[in-house]
Amino acid sequence: MSAVAEAPVAAKESEPLFSKKNRKLLSDPFNDSNPITVQVLGICSALAITVQVKQAVVMALSVTVVTAFSNLIMSMIRNFVPNRIRIIVQLVVVAALVILVDQTLKAFVYDVSKQLSVFVGLIITNCIVMGRIEAFALANRPWPSFIDGIGNGLGYGFILFIVAVFREFFGSGKFWGIQLIPQAVYDMGYVNNGLVILPPMALIVVGTIIWVQRSRNTKLIEN
Amino acid sequence: MEYLNTFIKSIFIENMIFAYFLGMCSYLAVSKTVKTAMGLGVAVIFVLGATVPLNYLIENYLMKAGALAWLGPQFAAVDLSFLSFIMFIAVVASFTQLVEMAVEKFAPALYSQLGIFLPLIAVNCSILGGALFMQERQYSDVGMATIFALGSGVGWALAIVAIAAIREKLRYSNVPAPLRGLGITFIITGLMAIAFMSFMGISL
Repeated sequence: MSAVAEAPVAAKESEPLFSKKNRKLLSDPFNDSNPITVQVLGICSALAITVQVKQAVVMALSVTVVTAFSNLIMSMIRNFVPNRIRIIVQLVVVAALVILVDQTLKAFVYDVSKQLSVFVGLIITNCIVMGRIEAFALANRPWPSFIDGIGNGLGYGFILFIVAVFREFFGSGKFWGIQLIPQAVYDMGYVNNGLVILPPMALIVVGTIIWVQRSRNTKLIEN
Repeated sequence: MEYLNTFIKSIFIENMIFAYFLGMCSYLAVSKTVKTAMGLGVAVIFVLGATVPLNYLIENYLMKAGALAWLGPQFAAVDLSFLSFIMFIAVVASFTQLVEMAVEKFAPALYSQLGIFLPLIAVNCSILGGALFMQERQYSDVGMATIFALGSGVGWALAIVAIAAIREKLRYSNVPAPLRGLGITFIITGLMAIAFMSFMGISL
């Protein structure tokens, strides 16, 4: 019986690394199955660390690394882990990866890691990581799971980037810490919008992004 | 007085949802009716109030640099703080498991009301967030950490019950189609957060 079940899996082995299906795994999270605006996963950190573009990019990369590797590892051991204790196993794998990321950030970009404060640790409970393990990695082979992790991490980073660009530009007139709005404009009486930097505006910006996305992509509309 | 101040501050000013967006996932997913929102809110208060003091003790007597000094002078130089993430999440996950089993055994009626939410809480960011804020802010004693945890829990419960009540009424209003559901919830939460900002600067 098992030999029969093995056969189609072995046939799949010859599938090219970036077949059409795998590329779809990479591109879908940008629109049709975006982790933030469609799957509603990982909202907490998306809102809190989008005041500056630099923080958002570092955070997005960290989440991508953790999602990709936790998907890979869980997919490799999915047949040996009893179903009852899988949540604990997932938490341990994810927490170990997050510790690695946290220590790396502290070593190389200490100032950003200080600004991110608790949110690096909170990648552990970021629903994207657990959600993708549960929904994808436990039922798929390691390579597609890895791709799925990268795709979802980048889809998450994409929204983070848009929100952060918007908030940094209107909130402090900068992009990546570089002043974009010239001093002359300030001299004429332009003032940065302080509200954009405050937490409530992040929610409203994400709400607006969802609005724009759903009016372009009408199949996502809820009733 | 300082306790009361921390309590008020963690409910209103440093609200888990409106100031730090912690626990947003379950906040958005379980806020369709007031009744279930209330159930989850109570469960979060309870789990936060229990795990944060527990993590405080672990942090201060096991993990911190020099925290093991009570074992003997040769342990004074040990610093296990890099393990704190894995320790905190292990405490949270095992505690929720324990609570779930205890509630199922001793209060089946409560279990059938809360049952589905309890396992969800293990991955609610606000619980781990509470532990991490406790670590970052260096509260002076375990009582302070407990008060902070209870305040945060109450603040979270307040937020989810409020949004659930609004969403129940929202069902009868004519929201533009692409904004229905998730979009409008985000925008309303944003407006509520602006309202909560008026508490800023209050200190007793």
